[in-house]
Parts: sequence; C-alpha cells; structure tokens
Amino acid sequence: MTDAALPSAGAGRPARDIRTAVEKRLKARHAAERRFRFYGLAAILIAIAFLGVLLGRIGLQGYSAFETYTVELPVYVDPSRIDPADVQGANYDLMIADQLVTRLGLADPTGDLGLAAKDVLSPDLGFQVLEQVREDPSLIGRTITLDAPIGDDADLYYKGHYGREIVEDDRTLTDQQLTILDRMQDKGMVSSGFNTGLFTRSDSTQPELAGLLGAIVGSAMMLAVTALLAVPIGTLAAVYLEEFAPRNRFTEIVEVNINNLAAVPSIVYGLLGLAVFINWMGLPRSSPLVGGLVLALMALPTVIIATRSSLKAVPPSIREAALGVGASRTQTVFHHVLPLAMPGVMTGTIIALAHALGETAPLLMIGMIAFVPGVPEAITSASSTLPTQIFIWENASERAFHERTAAAIIVLLGFMIVMNAAAIFLRSRFERRW
Amino acid sequence: MIWIVFAGLFLFSLATYWLGRRKIVAATRKAPDRPHSLAGYHGAYVAIWATVPALILLIALVGFGDRLETAILAADLPPAVQALSADQQSLFLSDAQAVAQGRRASDQAYAGELGAALQATAERAGRIDRTLRWGGWALAGLLALTGALFALPRIAPQFRARNKVEGWVSALLVICSAVAVLTTVGIVLSLVYESVRFFSAVPPLEFLTGMQWSPQIAIRADQVGQSGAFGAVPLFVGTFLVMLLAMMVAGPIGLFSAIYLSEYAGRGTRAVVKPVLEILAGVPTVVYGFFAALTVGPAFRGAFNWVGSLLIGGPLDGFGQYLMTVQNQMALVAGVVMGIMLIPFVSSLSDDILNAVPQSLRDGSYAMGATKSETVKKVILPAALPGIAGAFLLAVSRAVGETMIVTMAAGLQAKATLNPLETVTTVTVQIVTLLTGDQEFDSPKTLAAFGLGLTLFVITLALNVVALRIVQAYREQYD
Amino acid sequence: MLPKIFRQRDDEGGAAGLVSSTATLGGGFINGAAHHPPKVIARGVDVFYGDKQALFDVSLEVPDKAVTAFIGPSGCGKSTFLRCINRMNDTIPYARVTGRIEMDGEDVNARSVDPVVLRARVGMVFQKPNPFPKSIFENVAYGPRIHGLAGSKSDLEGVVEQSLRRAGLWEEVKDRLHQPGTGLSGGQQQRLVIARAISVSPEVILMDEPCSALDPIATARIEELIDELRQQFCIVIVTHSMAQAARVSQKTAFFHLGTLVETGPTEEMFQRPKDPRTQDYITGRFG
Repeated sequence: MTDAALPSAGAGRPARDIRTAVEKRLKARHAAERRFRFYGLAAILIAIAFLGVLLGRIGLQGYSAFETYTVELPVYVDPSRIDPADVQGANYDLMIADQLVTRLGLADPTGDLGLAAKDVLSPDLGFQVLEQVREDPSLIGRTITLDAPIGDDADLYYKGHYGREIVEDDRTLTDQQLTILDRMQDKGMVSSGFNTGLFTRSDSTQPELAGLLGAIVGSAMMLAVTALLAVPIGTLAAVYLEEFAPRNRFTEIVEVNINNLAAVPSIVYGLLGLAVFINWMGLPRSSPLVGGLVLALMALPTVIIATRSSLKAVPPSIREAALGVGASRTQTVFHHVLPLAMPGVMTGTIIALAHALGETAPLLMIGMIAFVPGVPEAITSASSTLPTQIFIWENASERAFHERTAAAIIVLLGFMIVMNAAAIFLRSRFERRW
Repeated sequence: MIWIVFAGLFLFSLATYWLGRRKIVAATRKAPDRPHSLAGYHGAYVAIWATVPALILLIALVGFGDRLETAILAADLPPAVQALSADQQSLFLSDAQAVAQGRRASDQAYAGELGAALQATAERAGRIDRTLRWGGWALAGLLALTGALFALPRIAPQFRARNKVEGWVSALLVICSAVAVLTTVGIVLSLVYESVRFFSAVPPLEFLTGMQWSPQIAIRADQVGQSGAFGAVPLFVGTFLVMLLAMMVAGPIGLFSAIYLSEYAGRGTRAVVKPVLEILAGVPTVVYGFFAALTVGPAFRGAFNWVGSLLIGGPLDGFGQYLMTVQNQMALVAGVVMGIMLIPFVSSLSDDILNAVPQSLRDGSYAMGATKSETVKKVILPAALPGIAGAFLLAVSRAVGETMIVTMAAGLQAKATLNPLETVTTVTVQIVTLLTGDQEFDSPKTLAAFGLGLTLFVITLALNVVALRIVQAYREQYD
Repeated sequence: MLPKIFRQRDDEGGAAGLVSSTATLGGGFINGAAHHPPKVIARGVDVFYGDKQALFDVSLEVPDKAVTAFIGPSGCGKSTFLRCINRMNDTIPYARVTGRIEMDGEDVNARSVDPVVLRARVGMVFQKPNPFPKSIFENVAYGPRIHGLAGSKSDLEGVVEQSLRRAGLWEEVKDRLHQPGTGLSGGQQQRLVIARAISVSPEVILMDEPCSALDPIATARIEELIDELRQQFCIVIVTHSMAQAARVSQKTAFFHLGTLVETGPTEEMFQRPKDPRTQDYITGRFG
C-alpha cells in the first residue's frame, strides 16, 4: 500500500547515524530545558518576593502606630487666665504649656519657650480642660491631672523616626522643642503604651487623636447592607437561572449581562451610584446605605456566579430522587438542592464580601472623601469606611499620618484575612465532594 | 414612625398566616379528603396577599413621597415665587420643606413677600406631608385588609395553595434575576443621560480628538485663566502608557508562573504557591496605591536620581540632568505596581487555559522525544494561544479600569507622552478628581466625569466581550 | 471451535490454506523459530501506581522486524507495559517501574539513558489520533526538527515526503501540506500520526489500540500499513480485538490482571493455547 519507496533521505538512515545526530543536539536542548524551567520558577519567586516586600514594608511602616506616647500632667486651672463669663475664650493650650515649662525648670522670659512647648503638646489637653471647666466651673483655681497623647511630631521623635541628625531647618521640631521633650522624658512625665485610641477614637485632623472607630463602624454597617441585599438577591437569581429558567432569549441576555457586569470597572459602579442613588433617588451622600447599595450591585455578579457553580456541583440524582417522590420543582430546589449547595454558596459569598470590604473607588464617587468626625449613628448618616479612611489619611500632609495609614491598612488586611480564613474553614469543614 | 407601620404590617401578615392555617386545619378535620397542599402553604397564601400589595405601596411612599410632595407644591406657587429663576425656585421649595420638618434651612435670606410666602408654603408643605403620610398608611392598611379578605375565603381543601405560593416564589426569582439586567440598564442610562448633557456643551469630536485637557470653567466672566479645554487624548495616551507598562510586568511573570505551575510544579509546590497568589490577588487596590506612593515612588526616583548623578559631567550629561528631575509620580511607578497587582489575575487565567489543552497533545509530543520546554513552546502554547490572548485582553481591561493605584501614584498633569519617566494622568484619575472637588453637579466640569465614564465603560465592555468570546471559542474547541 | 479469523488468500481452505497463510503472514515464524533476534527483552517488570501494583513480574521478549500483539481484557496491564518500553510512565508523577527492560542489550531505565533519545528510537501511536494543531507538514516535520535530523529545508521536505509516502498518505495530502492536520478524517489522522512517528526513523513503533477509534475501512488500511511497516520496524500493538491480533501479528502475549499469562507465536496461541485462562479468553468466556 505504500507508494514507491524513494531512496531514503532521513526516514531510512541507519539507526546509528540517527542516534549520533540526536545525541549531538542533546546538550543544547537540555540546557534550554533547564533555562526554561528556571524562568518559570523565577517568575513565581518574583511574585512571592513582591508580596513579601509589599506586606513587609507596610508592616514596618505601620507597626509603630500601634504604640503611642502619652503625657500625664497636673494642671493648675489658673483663674488669672480664665474669664468665668467666657470660659471658651481662654487659651488653655498656652496655659498648660507655660506651666509645663515652669515644671521642667526652664526659664522663659520671652514666652517663646511656652509657645514652643505648646506645639509639642496635643490640643486635646486644652479641650479636656475646657470641657471639665464647662461642666464644673468650680474647678477654676484647683489643680487637675490630665492624660493625653503627646503631639504627633513629638510622638514620632520619641519613636525614633527622626532626631537631631537631620538639619534643624529640614525638621518640623526645633532644637529647643527637642530639648523640652527630652526633659519631659527625663522627668518621667511621658509613658508609652498600646495605642487604644486608634480603635476608640474616630477621625481627627490631629494625627495623635485620629482613630479608626468611625471607619470600622461605617464599614461594618455598609457590609451589613451589602450582605442583606446581595446574598438573597444573588442566591435567588442564581437559583432561577440554574434550576428554573428555560433556554430562551431572556435568560441568555441575563447570563451575558452577568458575565459583563463582573468585569465592569468599579469606578463605573460609583458613577451609577452617584447618578441614580444620590441624584435621582435623593439618598444621603456618603452614607453606608448608598455605599452598601453600590457594593451590593458590584458583589451581585460574583455571588450569582459562585452560587451557580455550587448548584451545578450538586449531582442530578438528588433532583431526580426528590422529583421521584413527588416533590414539586420549587420544593426540590429549596428543600434539597439549595441546602446541599449552601457551603459553596457561603464560601463564595464571604469571599465576595471580603472583596467588597476593600473597595475604594466607588465609595469616593458617592462622596466618602469628606472628613467625618465621630461615629455614624445610622445607615443614613455620613460616614467613612476603612478603605476611604486610608485614602484620606494617605493624602494628609502630616508625617505622623504615614504610620497611621499603614496601621489602618494592617487593620483592614486583618479583617480580610479573618473573613477569608472563615470562608476557607467553611469550605474545608462543610463542603461535600461528590 | 414609619417603622411602626412596617412592624404593624409584619404583625398583620403573621396574623393572617395564622388565620389561614387555622382555617385549613379546621376544614381538614371535617372533610374526608386530604387537602391539596400543606397547611403552611395555605397560611402563606393569605399572608402574601395581605402583605405584598401594601408593602409595594409603602415602599413607593418612602421612595417617592418627597418627590410627590415637591411636585404638588410646585404646581401652585405664590406669584412672588414664580418670578424667581428655576434654581432659586427649587431652593425655595427645599427650604420650605426643611422649615416644615423642623430641619435647618439654607442660609438664603427671604425678605418681605418672599418671607411670607415661605411661611405659607411651609405650612402647605406640612399639610401635604401629613395627608400623604396618613393617607398612604391608611391606604396601605386598606390594601392589606382587602388582600386578606380576598384570600381567606379561598382556603379550602381542594384549593391549590402550594401552586399559587410557588407562583409567587417564581415571580420573586425572576425579579431577582432581572436585577442584573436592571443594573446594566441603570449604568448605561445614567452614563448616557449625563454624557448627553456633557456633549451638548462640549462637542464629541473635540472630546475624542482634542489634545488639551484643562477642565477649568471660568466662574466669573472677568476671571483670568483658562476656560475649559476638554480634549481627552492626553488621558487616553496616559491610560494606554500605564496599561502597557503594567502588562509588560504582569504578562511575562504571570504567564511563566502559570506555565511552571501547570507543567512543572509538583503537588506540594502548587499547594503552597497557589494560596500565595490568591493573597496577592486579594490585597485591596488602595493598599497597592499606598505602596506605590510611599515606597515605590521614592525608591524609583532615588534610583533614577542616583543614576543621573553618575552621568552628569560625562558624555550623557543631558540625560543625566534629566534623570535628576524625575518626580515620584512617574507613569513607571503606577505601571509597575499595577503590573504586580495583575500578576495573579494573568496567572490564574493562563493556568485555566493551559489546563484546557488536552493531555493527548502532551503525550504525543513527549512520545516523540521532546523535552518539556519544547512541548510547551512548540505544542502547548501555540494550541493555547487564543485562550492566552483572551486572558491578556481581560487583564488589559482590568488595567484600563483601575483607579486607586493610579490616583495615588500617578499625577494630574495631562500630557500625551509615551515616556515612562514622565508624570501622566489617566481617565480614571480624572474622573475621581472631577467628582471629588467642590463644584455643583451640573457644571460641564462634573459632567465631563460622566463623559469619561461612558468612554471607559464602552472600551472595557468591548475588550471584555471580545476576550470572553475568544476564550469561549477556544474552550469549545477542546471540549 | 475457533472462528475463521485468518484471511484466506487464493481461497485456499482447510488446514493447508491455514498453513500457507501463516507461512505468508508469519514471514519468519515457520516452525516457531524467530527470524530476527529479540529487539526488546523484559525481565521481572513490576509497575506501581502509588501503592497499587498494576504489573506483576512480567518477562517477555519482543522480536525485531515483526509485529507482536498484546491482548487481554480491559485493565489487564497491556497498555501499562507498552508505556514502559518508551518510558512514558515517567510522565505520570506517582508511577514506579522496577525490573529490567533491555533494548539492544541496554537497560532503558538506566541512569545513563536519556528518555529523549530513547523516545526518538521508539515511536508511539495512541488510541485516539492526536495530530498537533499545526499543518500536516509541520506535524511530520516536528520530530526531525527538534532532534536536528534534517540539515536543510530540502532535507526536511524530503523526510516529510518520505514519511508520508511510507504511511500511505502522500497521494492524499501532497497538495494540501500546509492545511491543518486536524482537518483530516479519523483514519487519515491516524496515518498522519504514524507518519509523524516514523519521520525520525525509530527502531520500534508502539501502537496502543490504534484502530479502536476508526471505522472498519480505515482499520483495514492501517492493518495493511502495519503489515508493510514490519519489514523495517519492530512493532508492538496493543489490541482488544483478537481478530486483529490474529490478522496482523506474528507473536502474541496474553495479559490478565497484571500478569503475563502466556506468550508465543500467534498461530499457536489461537489454535493450541497452553493456559486455560488463555483458552477461556479466546473463546469468549470472559473479557
């Protein structure tokens, strides 16, 4: 059956020749193989190194923010400086600073030292005195003890982030101020401890008083709204598409839609939120309600896709068995299939929510760039969230905000790790392998 | 107040459920046949009819009540108010409503006739508000009652309550599925609507081809300074440049790591590396932005400055001088960090694509005496090429739509340049800048953001559709 | 009784016809003596997939310039043993091969033997035709290219043409060499794969159920091709069709549950099997 055999030019060479020819190229080929394998391994190592550098840098930048220096001062509420009729008008900060200078044993003929001292302390001290005097005017003339964080630049100095090695003109604190700080430390007025304020205070323009409470509560409220909307709607939509929908135009359109929505940039969702929820519906700007609505729309495609694949994984024999004993379509799905698919659905949902926790761009669009002091009271009040807080602090000019931003990132990543770990735990514990 | 109404409705629905259930249970005891449906379904049937119409009305009231009130007020304004401009009228109305509700009005001062008109309108607003509210609640109550009265008599053993209830459930499912379509419709409509307003002020041709982007609007006629130039080409070029740099990082690293994982790595390696890549994928983009702004930016600038300092005085002196001037916010920084972010994306997509190539092709190649690298280079990659191309397109789409990294790392200068050491701005950065400043909503400056948003949406949609289609065709080939 | 499974030439019936058929087909197996020395010798081969043992102590000789058939029911280990000869089991991470398999006196599993070189000497054809998604020309040129066997472009074209001719495909594809190989019919694809295998002039060709995915006409063509190729190559064919084994092979080995039950000249195996299990399989009692 073969065509007339031609004189061999390769396909009929003696085996010895072939083998020699093959072995000649072998070394180069194996070298190429080793190189190629090395490129692959190198790519993976580079990716891991990137992650290490990223997390390492942020960890290094942020860990110091979890510690803060506080100062404890007895303050004499000097009646000569306060007008009882106008307690608000007195310059408490300067009063405290002057007393501090005296207590440190430094002479201050010109009053410059007092002004310098004022800048290393936090305005919080003055506010504390004001509040206490307002509440109880009889304090005027007595001595009260105050406890407050040290000023932000002083805090950085104590932590060793910068010091005298930098030329005075390039620093925020003068040599004079550094001397004051050193003396305060020598006298034992300053102590360091865990920065609980980071978690108990909300945002402030003063870095030493800025905390994440408002952002955490805002994020929690927002995620709650997102979960309450995205989980039921997404699960039910997936149930419909997977179990009930006939193969017609409508379902095809819906499926194409969902795949496309999953890839739409997040900022476009923000624009949608701005145009529809804030301008057309008039919902309050910068509220967890609107944020939750926008993120729910963003999370919806992910939840639908995850639920669908969980439903697909349930074998048809379950459905057939249920139908076989006379259950209706709806009963089969809701009593048998969906409960079995639940672990997968929960895992996918938690992962989608963890992702939503980190979204920033759409929240900026709906107004969460504003400075929000205090904790949001309801889902309709203006609030901040962890990622937007990080963005705001990153833009701030005070150096002390750098370490706080990194600390906020650590907190955010912490929450996300917990959520992902919960999802993985759920998956390994409850997922059935069919 | 409204919560009490909702709570009342909820309690009413529970009551009707209980009534329906009780009725069928009683009927069952007397009748000889088994009822068609379980008792719970009968109860649910009554409860649904009692609740749903009323609920719809209440939600409509909450959502549109204010708007309705404003419309009624606006229909019959005092003559003094009608003389005002449209903007002033709407301010007047919202102030009147604020006064009526005891909230703080705007700082606008209304003198004389207008002041009196304000009071009158406020009173009217209060009346209308109360009418709408109490009337609405009463109507809702009526609907609930009617619903219950309609449904309860139908409860009987042969009544197919389960089918009816399941019908309602199906309707609910369809509505939930429709939300996905509604979202797309919403996105398209809102973008188009606002963009149309933008393009009526700025011609589309100028937007798409203009080379100058400085979205200032002269606030006063005598203000010195530019009036708006809305040529978006520098933004497109900036977006393209950053995307290109990002793909140059993510493409090779992502693809090679996918090749290693799918062809070379053992189970142990895969078990360790895949979670690490997942972590890299899960890091929020704002964190990448922070990393870019505070670590990568200064590091790169320092490096370039140092190289520049070495070159000064030598043959490349001019270049050296230039290198000393580069800023923190160069396109290279944003591009590299965005590339790092995209690595797991490219890697996992490519891994899927490579795994779809059938094992028989690999076997055929190994049986011929090919090494693994030869098999990958000559058989697997060519076979997987369409899929890989689709994966890369999806990554490009992601890069183009990325916001936080570029906002924090790139700059605001709209320059059409392909030099990675320059400061450029992208479409997404401008959208953020335009909408997070202080301006009222209608100025062309703000509407420009929607024009940019529409452009972004169209481009990413086109990329996604093409990419998904390619990947789908590729998958079908091997299934 | 044995079914009539031998091709009758010149319509000779009866035992005389049988003997003359075997004489023609057998080539060198008259009186059971092997014409050519054994090409592959296996001694005490065990194969493990993880903890599970798939082959138990297989010892076998495969003669050169002849067709040897491995038969047996599904899962008996014949494909596994086939894949040991060209070390394709190496590509399975948890497979382990022990024992000795010699080709031309050299242990193929020795450290000094490079699988790449081995697989250039031992070609393989799979059950489902698996041409690369490249052109017909590129499919056949793949082997010579990677092993560096063709010095110039005209050399390569010559090798490709010769391989396609030997596989009996040249006339059908000579005008469309640059069209994709996947566009051919099933039978043509399998012949393309055979052409690809012989393009590097192997010494042994392994075929793992090469016709099971083809229709009877394509099968017949491939069997004729195998009959011609055996004049130049040592061929081992795994088949689940006893009829095919009887038509095409000179030596047959019967595998069952991972052991080699019986082996011998094909005619003897089918007419006078020594082991009762072989008898049972051949008469269709199981499998």
